[in-house]
Amino acid sequence: MRNFAATRLALLLLPLALFSMLLAIPARAAVEIQEVVSDKGITAWLVEDYTVPIVTIRFAFEGGSTQDPAGREGIANLMTGLFDEGAGELDSDAFQERLDEVGADMRFNAGRDAIYGSMRMLAEERGAAFELLQLAVDSPRFDQAPVDRIRSQILTGILADERDPQSQGRQEFAKALYGDHPYARRSDGTPDTLKAITLDDLHAQHDRLFARSNLHVAVVGAIDAEALKTELDRVFGNLPEKDGRTPVNEADLKLDQQVAYNYPLPQASLQLVYPGVKRDDPQFFAAYLMNHILGGGTFSSRLFNEVREKRGLAYGVGSALHNSDYASTLVIGTSTRSDRAAETLELIRAEIRRMAEEGPTPEELAGAKTFVIGAYPINNLDSSSAIARTLVELQKDDLGIDYIDRRADLINAVTLDEVKAAAQRLLTSEPASLIIGPEAKSEAKEAQ
Amino acid sequence: MRRNSGNAIRSAFAAFSLVMIAGPQLAQADENPVADFKLANGLEVVVIPDRRAPVVTHMVWYKVGSADERPGKSGIAHFFEHLMFKGTPKHPAGEFSARVAAVGGRENAFTSYDYTAYFQQVAPDQLRTMMEFESDRMRNLVLTDEVIEPERNVILEERSSQVENSPDALLGEEINATLYQNHPYGVPIIGWMHEIEKLNRADAIEFYDAYYAPNNAVLVVAGDVDPAEVRKMAEETYGQVARGPELPPRIRPSEPEQNTKRTVTMRDARVSVPNFSKQWVVPSYTSAEPGEAEALDLLSEILGGGVRSRIYQELVVKQGIASSAGAYYQGNSLDDSSFAVYGSPRGEATLDEVEKAIDAEVAKIATDGVSEDELEKAKQRFLRSMIFARDDQSGMARIYGSTLTTGGTVRSVQEWPDRIRAVSVEQIRDAARRHLDQRRSVTGYLLPEEGDRT
Repeated sequence: MRNFAATRLALLLLPLALFSMLLAIPARAAVEIQEVVSDKGITAWLVEDYTVPIVTIRFAFEGGSTQDPAGREGIANLMTGLFDEGAGELDSDAFQERLDEVGADMRFNAGRDAIYGSMRMLAEERGAAFELLQLAVDSPRFDQAPVDRIRSQILTGILADERDPQSQGRQEFAKALYGDHPYARRSDGTPDTLKAITLDDLHAQHDRLFARSNLHVAVVGAIDAEALKTELDRVFGNLPEKDGRTPVNEADLKLDQQVAYNYPLPQASLQLVYPGVKRDDPQFFAAYLMNHILGGGTFSSRLFNEVREKRGLAYGVGSALHNSDYASTLVIGTSTRSDRAAETLELIRAEIRRMAEEGPTPEELAGAKTFVIGAYPINNLDSSSAIARTLVELQKDDLGIDYIDRRADLINAVTLDEVKAAAQRLLTSEPASLIIGPEAKSEAKEAQ
Repeated sequence: MRRNSGNAIRSAFAAFSLVMIAGPQLAQADENPVADFKLANGLEVVVIPDRRAPVVTHMVWYKVGSADERPGKSGIAHFFEHLMFKGTPKHPAGEFSARVAAVGGRENAFTSYDYTAYFQQVAPDQLRTMMEFESDRMRNLVLTDEVIEPERNVILEERSSQVENSPDALLGEEINATLYQNHPYGVPIIGWMHEIEKLNRADAIEFYDAYYAPNNAVLVVAGDVDPAEVRKMAEETYGQVARGPELPPRIRPSEPEQNTKRTVTMRDARVSVPNFSKQWVVPSYTSAEPGEAEALDLLSEILGGGVRSRIYQELVVKQGIASSAGAYYQGNSLDDSSFAVYGSPRGEATLDEVEKAIDAEVAKIATDGVSEDELEKAKQRFLRSMIFARDDQSGMARIYGSTLTTGGTVRSVQEWPDRIRAVSVEQIRDAARRHLDQRRSVTGYLLPEEGDRT
């Protein structure tokens, strides 16, 4: 099996997929979170733990590929491939050599709504590691040779997708769904926009997005608050106070449409997009629990039972709530043998109707609550990097440092009527649908 | 994805195994040593305490995988893995999964060439319940045609989505079939389509009775637990399962001497950027002479393990002819395994140029060896990866489980750092010279539909 995924290129091309991560989900506070504010006013959430002699830092600058200027689409993604390609006095080779000596693992990636960075280091190399991180964050060089190299790797990736029906079908769907909103764009840009990006553009975008006003930081591991303050000032203290983000409009989702991408494949991929619910909506957890019962649970969900377990129509089937800064959706997806795609789609829609009309049973709701509460530490707090990721998302979503303690009560307070209302609210409108497969159009019509 | 096929797990391992699977364990804090013992019925138990979070990973590893299947029955190991979720007289279908879900747990299972494993991640107070369910299905599964028929369809869809839908995966299967002409590693873990279609209840029961028994399994528990308590719970649950028949040694057909350079070519309309990989059959950690697998592991790291490797620096950075390029070694297997190099062109460069440039890097190491400095850096990366590995309890459980089901021991995991430290530059050169011979390689090309290989 060729594992090209192990290459760094794959990392550069991932951003969109990464974004569909689970929303923050909590419970039994297994972690004690301290809020640390440095002398220069940088705030971080810290979980001190000395079991393993390592330190993990993760941070986000709000404003990801949605901030790519028109005609320069792909700049955030390109930029995040360049932070270990030279910074300060160190050119690409010297920087990577130093990073290797120090033994730190540094990563950046561009999401749609934020640029993420992280570093994992041995506690004994903390000073040297943070020094390199400071250089990367503060003064990336964007030298011509590495810029051209990374750009050409990304171009190869775009080219590699050109005849891939899955990738082409999804892009067409995004355009149909989001229209002229930035979410319709490929986060890695197009060949033309990538080629148009200059070194000045990269520096300008870095200056615009790397600031203290849009920064969130989480740190986990063998470091105390006092030491962290020093490191925070070192890494982020020289950044400008204010970022220069341009406002982005809420996406105007175009549902009630069908996109069919015809391609002779043994298996058809189906996707249905319904309206979602914003993270700060009072009914968020009602919708979350409803989705869990419908198709969010790995194998106890209604969709799993009907489509996979009883009929063997698919290997994977499920639904998820997606929350981005400017759009919220509920997405249902599966892949099934092409000659039974219409039947599968009808089955899924019948389950959706049933949920919209009747809602869940009290037993289903009770089961969903215990799962959603109990799964929090396992899914979100079982390693330093998981904890750091969770804490950054909690900050981004403005949920508060005590959220993990409050979460179980929020979930337990949800009533059956609220879940029914959420099902009606989300699942009664006509969804946008995508079918990638042979004679996809006729299948879709049949299913209507 | 629940119940990943071996393909998924194998590619996941390809990413990590080189460095970690073979086994970390640098100075595990002394107050929390790894415990290792055997129950009277032959079940091996490993406990890896990690008291940081109220979470425990409970895994049962069976010493059976796709390479143990009878000829003509490809896919039965993986099919059977799915059937393990179908219920027992005591716990009907769905009850175990419902229980895991009810306590907010996470569960999954996976099949590889040499092992099949089942796991749950739960709060520590649920561990005993998990043990009770898991030990129950070790022997008491109820298999009826009603559950087998739809599940076979699920697996056919799984194969479609992971293999039939992907030119890369289709070619990968055929490269393996060409690399291993006699050994069952040449048969895909998920099975050949036409053989999966014929798998039935009798096959499943035969497989279950032959391989699922405490004396053919390893229990690995990692997390917020005390080894003495785990032992007590294991005795009360797994300990009640009768020992199965003694299993014969796992001796599979082995490869004849390879005297040819073989190529496999696939063209597909979905491909717009070509790629290639070149593979060799080489010893695994279990089949190698002392030090040889460690040398192959470090060789793969120096040759093509990451952005500081020779292949990456030369092809991607200096010559600018590749978009991706590297090497990997799959050392974590019972029998002789594979070593691979791969690459894909970028810009105006051709696939042929990329292949030649990689061949040149391989030849350079075989002729001139590596420097003390680059060997030392590679060793440091491996040793550090083991400290980082301790941050992930289920990762640690996997390291022990996969090692113990492929011929290794707890000790071989713990002594791995010392064996890595002991590798010399001469051993690296000799490993390249002995094993990476172009005249005995298998190369796979994935090409666009029209036009030439270049």
